[in-house]
Amino acid sequence: MKELLSFEARRRFGNHLYLVLATACFLVALVPLISILYQTILLGAAAINIGFFSQVTPPIGGSGGGILNALEGSLIMVGLACSVGIPIGVLGGAYLSEYPGRISYYVRLISEVLTGVPSIVTGIFVYELIVVTQHRFSAFSGGVALGFMMIPIVAISTNESLKLVSSSIREGGLALGISRAKTLLYILLSSARSGVITGIALAVARVMGETAPLLFTALGSQFMMTSLNDPAASLTLLIFDFGTSAYDNAHVLAWGAALVLLLIVLGLNIVVRAASRLKVKGNE
Amino acid sequence: MSSVIRASKGARRPDFFRAILVIAAIAIPIIAALMIYEIANGSTGSIQFFGFKFLIGTDWNPNPPEGQPSLGALPSVYGSIVTTTIALLFAVPVSLGVAVFQSEISPGRLRPPSIFLVEMLAAVPSVVYGLWGLAVLVPFMRDFVDPQLKSTFAYLPFFKGPTNGLGMLTAGVILAIMIIPYGSSVMREVITAVPRSQREACIALGATDWETVKTAVLPFARTGIVAAIILALGRAIGETMAVTMVIGNVARISPSLFLPAETIPSVIANEFTEVADNGIYLSALFELGLILFAITLFMNLVGRVIISKLTFRVSGEGIA
Repeated sequence: MKELLSFEARRRFGNHLYLVLATACFLVALVPLISILYQTILLGAAAINIGFFSQVTPPIGGSGGGILNALEGSLIMVGLACSVGIPIGVLGGAYLSEYPGRISYYVRLISEVLTGVPSIVTGIFVYELIVVTQHRFSAFSGGVALGFMMIPIVAISTNESLKLVSSSIREGGLALGISRAKTLLYILLSSARSGVITGIALAVARVMGETAPLLFTALGSQFMMTSLNDPAASLTLLIFDFGTSAYDNAHVLAWGAALVLLLIVLGLNIVVRAASRLKVKGNE
Repeated sequence: MSSVIRASKGARRPDFFRAILVIAAIAIPIIAALMIYEIANGSTGSIQFFGFKFLIGTDWNPNPPEGQPSLGALPSVYGSIVTTTIALLFAVPVSLGVAVFQSEISPGRLRPPSIFLVEMLAAVPSVVYGLWGLAVLVPFMRDFVDPQLKSTFAYLPFFKGPTNGLGMLTAGVILAIMIIPYGSSVMREVITAVPRSQREACIALGATDWETVKTAVLPFARTGIVAAIILALGRAIGETMAVTMVIGNVARISPSLFLPAETIPSVIANEFTEVADNGIYLSALFELGLILFAITLFMNLVGRVIISKLTFRVSGEGIA
């Protein structure tokens, strides 16, 4: 080799190789995304008709049916998760940036570590905490499990967005004699609004797609929910149960539910990311 | 900032506002502590019954016809180690390639869309990966990859036995696909944070792009890249749904990557609701959860502390 290629030629060759390989890595990483979108749109669209949105799931192996109960369960449990996760997450995140210090450092670290805890561990935790004490699987416990997952995510994103607010705005509010509470609520959170909302929306999208925390809390159900104390269906539980079954009709419903779930989750992601990027551009 | 805080400390009135924020912030460590307590509490039965043998036991027989259940964690621990190793073998180089492409190569205008696409990959729910895995990846492995490996590497113990597509290799591949977006986003953060002067100094000496990345950027970002790998590993070990759907779920320790196996989270996901009144069985599943919890806590703590101690700033945004 040494005789064939000069030193310079080898350097150039190495550089081209690097450019090609790194670009190839990027393209290879996108192949599954394209395949997932293609497959879900193709098979999911075939499942969608009027009954798909107006009927409840059939028993596994049954024919026809829809995803109404699963859609209901997902929306209600995510709503419940928001009512737990958003207030605690936003206020906790505000504490981290308003009172930096030793406590904040550790709370922030614990939040980061919690976001890395496998969601199935959250599932068995809430099973022991709520399902065992109440002696029943319920939509309530499922919503709480999702809420516990949201808290650290929202706290971190709120902390990050508040950090970006310039300290002159904060000091300006305080200098006018406005209380810290009002400074935070009316001035800081409103300046950081788009960042906080982006964080919340991404957390919602994340828990909307969670299955593992619901397996032993909401459990799944074939019926509409009459109270939060009932077991509940969700889009993700439906995809898992029907997708792993042996029946064609169940597979059709699973793909339909996957399409609806992807539209919600990716839709939320696309909207907030596009909006926050526009905002950033507008500020420049 | 600090002067503002000192001023507020001097206030006489009880600070309700601060109290509310403190309660919200303290809720986070309380949840973490409660989590450790409840899961440890659920495992005590199994810990007392099996003791240390649980960790090295290879049996998984929860409902024997007679006598006490015999349960050991080794098959699922083995499955977790093998699948995450396969996942890292694929995911680390590709993630690094993606991160370098996004931070060093892609022209400014292409960078936001390239980051956006990888973010979309991260946003796809795990259960959808699983459904896709069953429909696309499993047949692909069964019909193309597995037979090819079997004929090429017939002498290796890793590629023996029937190939039906469900098994540790497929689970490892789907895990790799799922952690690439996460690993690459942490690596990109770290690489982007390498000071410009590092690159400029290298380019000024006449280095090519590759030589700049190799000698000035990557060595500088090395610690952060290691942290990214640790964090990605923590993700992979805890990943449940997609793995459960494609691994086949059999408690077995075999070198063959084609054979169905199980991982710690897949056992919990599959068997937790089938326990009925078998208290020791339920407790053993809790103990598996405890092991998983301990491993991921450790990985995340180490990864996060390394990243927070880096001498240059990493925002941490998008890593959540």
